[in-house]
Amino acid sequence: MSLDLASRATQSKDISRNKKKLGGVGQFWLIFRYISLSILFVIAALPIYVMVINSVKGITGVNQSAAFLPPSSLDFGAWGPTWEILREPMFRTLGFVLQSSIISAIIGSINGFVFAKWRFKGSTFIFTTFLFGMFIPYQAIMIPLTQFNKWAGIGGTIYVLVFAHVIYGIPICTLIFRNYYQAIPNELIEAARVDGAGMVRIFRTIILPLSIPGFVVVLIWQFTSAWNDFLFAIFLTGGSPKLAVATTALNFITGSGNQVYYGNNMTASLIVSIPTLLVYMFLGRYFLRGLLSGSLKG
Amino acid sequence: MAVASLKNLKNLNDGRMPKRKKKVNSPWGGFFFVLPSIIAMAIFVYGMIGWTVRYSFSNRTSAWKKDMSFAGMARYTELLQDPEFTHAFSNLLKFTIVFMIGTLISGLIMALLLEKGIRGEGFFRSTYLYPMAISFIAMGTSWRWLMDSAKGDRATGLNLIFDRIGLGFLENTWYTSIKGSMFAMALPAIWQMSGYVMALFLAGFRGIPDDLREAARVDGASEFKIYRHILFPQLSPTFLTILIILGHISMKVFDLIYGIASKGYVTKVLAIYMWQVIFDFQNYAKGAAIAIVILLMIAVVVIPYLIYVNKTEEAK
Repeated sequence: MSLDLASRATQSKDISRNKKKLGGVGQFWLIFRYISLSILFVIAALPIYVMVINSVKGITGVNQSAAFLPPSSLDFGAWGPTWEILREPMFRTLGFVLQSSIISAIIGSINGFVFAKWRFKGSTFIFTTFLFGMFIPYQAIMIPLTQFNKWAGIGGTIYVLVFAHVIYGIPICTLIFRNYYQAIPNELIEAARVDGAGMVRIFRTIILPLSIPGFVVVLIWQFTSAWNDFLFAIFLTGGSPKLAVATTALNFITGSGNQVYYGNNMTASLIVSIPTLLVYMFLGRYFLRGLLSGSLKG
Repeated sequence: MAVASLKNLKNLNDGRMPKRKKKVNSPWGGFFFVLPSIIAMAIFVYGMIGWTVRYSFSNRTSAWKKDMSFAGMARYTELLQDPEFTHAFSNLLKFTIVFMIGTLISGLIMALLLEKGIRGEGFFRSTYLYPMAISFIAMGTSWRWLMDSAKGDRATGLNLIFDRIGLGFLENTWYTSIKGSMFAMALPAIWQMSGYVMALFLAGFRGIPDDLREAARVDGASEFKIYRHILFPQLSPTFLTILIILGHISMKVFDLIYGIASKGYVTKVLAIYMWQVIFDFQNYAKGAAIAIVILLMIAVVVIPYLIYVNKTEEAK
């Protein structure tokens, strides 16, 4: 069902039909729509545009009166020093984000399969209790979680973040996979059962090979949300530079006291945004599916 | 009956399939596969919420005072008398109202413009949605610059645009002055979430069969009436979902404000204040109480919603 939801949102409507009979009023509305869409486009693109043009104006950046114009000559002066600071945190983030996303996806697909196709008495209720975990403010678990990390011996390592993203990713990953598997017809599973296959075998040989798009959706979702996460990072690493990840390192650069160097700050922000932007540019369709699956409408 | 026919089918199997031991197809098999996650949720969601509640009832109010003795509602009554808390609370309410209405309207406009299909739809859709892929901390840099409070000759950012296009009266101090700070802060939030709302509306619109519109058109209904009386009523589940999503995101808002204004007083909301209380003042009990307030505000809306979703699920 959620697949339907995503394809509904992404499939452009067949417009050839509308094209034929455009009277004067129709023409007016078409122009009106394009103008409105373009205005919205400018608004949506403005912040990233500002970021890009100011990252090529050198470290101090912005020439106030020409602030919105691209520079007459490109100055990548801010890129070197900023990358120097961000390189280590970026690679650290990449490492932990890959780990947490892969583990999350595996857990999600198993849970999703059970909740969609291998239900037991009370499974809907349990699923609902999982979903609540998606909505909670993480502030409400942060203090005990810090203590748990210390107790479990992972305090002060990057595994605090792997662990947090895996655990608190369970609800959303389960939900995405469950919605995905619900679209698989029951007859397929019934047929396999009639042939004597057990549920585990069905999962392995029938469901998993069909799951690749589901895995892409969940991996992208978890990758993006863990990469962009700031709350867990700042709470669980306590701002320790040894454990700086992309967002906390960025906040260290752009945070108060350093605001004058906009060239520097914009460059750092752009560098940190590049990985998720690339994922969005090339796999945006799957990103949208994740977003819509997360909306609960099965 | 079903079992019997199943057996017959198995007997009919003429040996092409190797005989296998009977598989565990007990309805409880699935339970064991999700058991680890059930335990994890029980401990790390529900257990830890419980532990945070316990903290909020304690006297552990500073780094050196590791006093977990029971204090009853003391922390909560303190919060009510704490001007900083009530300030953060009213900021959060203002933010929520502007953010929810603004995002709903702009997302709906985007969806209405695209809904019937238009050349270049994919391009516009992707541009409206990209803010969701970038961290608030990164976009905060741009927004801080766009919402620079300098005016007139020294103006940059949006004020400069207003100045240049002769709308100087629109120049303002954005999020830096107490009046209207939360309205300004809602702008980046609306910018970030509108595309998401658009996508939800688009999915909603396209789930409505075209015949419905055609029929209304044949009956001579105007386009406006079609939307008002036929399409919008069909979208009420979509509206509900969007309100829940926006509402809970708003209650939790942290990164977005922190990325732009850090811990500044004028834009302080509950999540920021909680962070400050924990990290700057090491007041775990009070921090826990604030966290529980945020949780309760979300729970009163989300739990009924989940029960409703649960019911419709079971009815399927």
